[in-house]
Amino acid sequence: MGWTTSRLSPITLRRLAAFKANRRAHISLWLFGVLFILSLMAELIANDKPLIMHFEGQWYVPLLVDYPETEFGGFLPTRTDYLDPFIREQISDKGWAIWPLIPFSYQTLDMQMTRPSPAPPSSRHWLGTDDQGRDVLARVIYGFRLSVAFALVLTAGSLVMGVLAGGVQGYFGGKVDLVGQRVTEIWSGLPVLFLLIILASFVQPGFWWLLGIMLLFSWLGLVDIVRAEFLRARNLEYVRAAKAMGLPSRLIMWRHVLPNAMVATLTFIPFLFTGAIGTLTALDFLGFGLPPGSPSLGELAAQGKNNLHAPWLGITAFMTLAIMLSLLVFIGEGLRDAFDPRHVKASAKPTQETKHA
Amino acid sequence: MPKPLLRLNNLTIAFDGNTVVDGLSFTLNAGETLAIVGESGSGKSVSALGAVNLLPSNAKIRGERWLEETDLSQLSSREWNGVRGNRVGFVFQEPMTSLNPLHRIGKQIGETLRLHQGLDGQEARARAKQLLEQVKLPRTDELLDAWPHQLSGGQRQRVMIAMAIANNPALLIADEPTTALDVTVQKDILALLKELRDQHGMGMLFISHDLNLVRRYAEHVCVMYQGKVQEIGPVETIFSRPQSDYTKALLAAEPEGRPALLNATAPLLTARQLKVSFARPKAGLFKRQPPAFEAVKATDLTIASGETLGIVGESGSGKTTLASAIMRLVQSKGEITLGDASLSTLSGNALRRQRHRFQMVFQDPYGALSPRMPVFDIVSEGLRFHYPKLSRSEVTERVHQTLREVGLPESCAARYPHEFSGGQRQRIAVARAIILEPELLVLDEPTSALDRTVQKQLITLLRQLQQRRQLSYLFISHDLAVVRAMAHRIMVLKDGEVVEQGPCLEVLDSPQHPYTQALIAAAHLRHFSS
Repeated sequence: MGWTTSRLSPITLRRLAAFKANRRAHISLWLFGVLFILSLMAELIANDKPLIMHFEGQWYVPLLVDYPETEFGGFLPTRTDYLDPFIREQISDKGWAIWPLIPFSYQTLDMQMTRPSPAPPSSRHWLGTDDQGRDVLARVIYGFRLSVAFALVLTAGSLVMGVLAGGVQGYFGGKVDLVGQRVTEIWSGLPVLFLLIILASFVQPGFWWLLGIMLLFSWLGLVDIVRAEFLRARNLEYVRAAKAMGLPSRLIMWRHVLPNAMVATLTFIPFLFTGAIGTLTALDFLGFGLPPGSPSLGELAAQGKNNLHAPWLGITAFMTLAIMLSLLVFIGEGLRDAFDPRHVKASAKPTQETKHA
Repeated sequence: MPKPLLRLNNLTIAFDGNTVVDGLSFTLNAGETLAIVGESGSGKSVSALGAVNLLPSNAKIRGERWLEETDLSQLSSREWNGVRGNRVGFVFQEPMTSLNPLHRIGKQIGETLRLHQGLDGQEARARAKQLLEQVKLPRTDELLDAWPHQLSGGQRQRVMIAMAIANNPALLIADEPTTALDVTVQKDILALLKELRDQHGMGMLFISHDLNLVRRYAEHVCVMYQGKVQEIGPVETIFSRPQSDYTKALLAAEPEGRPALLNATAPLLTARQLKVSFARPKAGLFKRQPPAFEAVKATDLTIASGETLGIVGESGSGKTTLASAIMRLVQSKGEITLGDASLSTLSGNALRRQRHRFQMVFQDPYGALSPRMPVFDIVSEGLRFHYPKLSRSEVTERVHQTLREVGLPESCAARYPHEFSGGQRQRIAVARAIILEPELLVLDEPTSALDRTVQKQLITLLRQLQQRRQLSYLFISHDLAVVRAMAHRIMVLKDGEVVEQGPCLEVLDSPQHPYTQALIAAAHLRHFSS
């Protein structure tokens, strides 16, 4: 200990090493990252238009440009339906097209179904179709992206609001704390779900509407934790030392108190994140969430409930949610340990220690 | 020939492959005290706890252990329950945490009686009362129904001792039983332990970091360093003819020397009628506000440039509050003047701009450094704030220079506080304070959390800094040996009031106030000629 372990490494490097030492979190992060990046490219993976087309000596990019059907020998000047058997025939006769892996988008209705929807998994629809004949896998991919994006923005927003409110209350204490606590208590007494349901009756709640409303309430959970951490930290000796050094309150809060409060806050983030996904799913399940037709996991779960004879709907919804939430919790766990300097030693050489244990 | 009570032969304890106690052998006879002495991390507590299987499960214990005729290394966990608390009693260091705060005193003592002797109800209560009388606690009837938080540290330690001797153990293990207590209380507890040992004919295993303390209370001493026995033998031999270098170093570790002589200089800090009081909470909604608690009563003090004023007192005497008031960290009444600035009238930004002139070093080297900042940021933070015009390279240069000045290598700037020992951390804290080139440094028990040998080094460093920079110190300590090595003048505080003050040696040699006399008697200062 002491002098022998001298190693000049910046703070991030050390945290990274600690995170990597936690194999479960590390693998979860990779898995989740790959899944999220794949879902970001959803349009390239699951779409009802070819990516690139060559037709009668000309190049087309249906993915980016809408071409009227007349371009490909159709009769109507409307947007081309590339899944139309007539158009497909035309394309295969007079050129070629590169299709995405799954030739359906999240709202494509499959008109060439041989079986009544919901149809069970087949080579055409890998996870089957829902009760409107839409491809389940395509909806899962888009739904995953939407959920994660929603949760990301919501978590970031509530983090900023929660840390600000909790930090000010905890650090200054006294009257600020007293008033702040009462306000947050009253505020958290408002029923969020009912507000959302009432809102749904007079506006069509979209992505941003839902986000805004949920942001008004989701930061409340953080306030107590951050406040408690600040309250504790403001009497610590190094905070007093910083005061004695003459640093202004905002710098003390930013440099000394916040980094230490962040461990407790970070442990809460996975819960916020999974909570956000859960709430969005629940609202969609109840039908008060995203507008109809949006790719949402909650809506898929609702369909699973309404079509018990089509178990692939419910099972898919469940598996998607379970895997996504578990990965997030594992990542959150690893993140928390990495930010805790006392964990560095324990996780630095776990192989040797497990042998003796 | 006294009969052997506890016999260890080649005891070796390892945690996860790291050996922390290596080949410890001794025999403790009934009616005698064996003291295990060593600095923190020397393995002294681990060996005592290991002997009676009180270590976490990842500890590997090897070697022979005999308690009278029982082979301890063969006991099952059920048999252990009959040994611990019954034939072996324990007194731990921390009286604040070793009692359950949710049970009354009588119930806690009653619990051991019920478990090992099957006593219940009135019987147990009567025996508990008798035990409390044995440990010389007053008003035993009331105490039986008291909650732990209503007792002082010394009283709690007495309750712990009462619990330890409740079943007439053959062996009493006392793990730093007085370290958390004030010196005057310490003396009483040690005397009590010795008396009880003689009454009951117990053997006592006494663990301490303080070799000089052990001298008066043990027959045999075992000095440990980094898990190895350095020396073992009768007290007289160890003290008169120490063999190992380590024992010699420990014996010589009492802080010595005196601060440099002072030239008559103008006062730097003046405080007049300084008072600190805290509002007490109301007893009920309609009760009257009780009078405020006066932590520091009207106090005058001056410190000249280059001078050290030592403030001495036990816990609760208001010394830290006084320091905080001078640092303007708590609200106070009265005047404080530093050089030409009247600190007591300044506030907000005006006060902040003055703060680089008076800095503080705190007691706890583990709590005073932000665990999430590398040493460079910790040391340079004040500099960057007070002198924002300095370039990055100038700041780096100043940080390295200051680290060298406090005896740390430059390479430690990139590392985090938890990689350093207590003494090194305290050096970092000193570096953080002096990099601002203050005129006054307030030192709040800077050495009390450190081992004796480390204390001595820190004191030498502080004296060097004082001479080089003409620093004035306000030095707070409960440890008279340390104060003697640091202070030009001392002030003795009791219950927020100055009971005696004057030149350091004068006060220590001929104390006038009875409280000062008691303090000095309890401290057992070794005499030295300087």
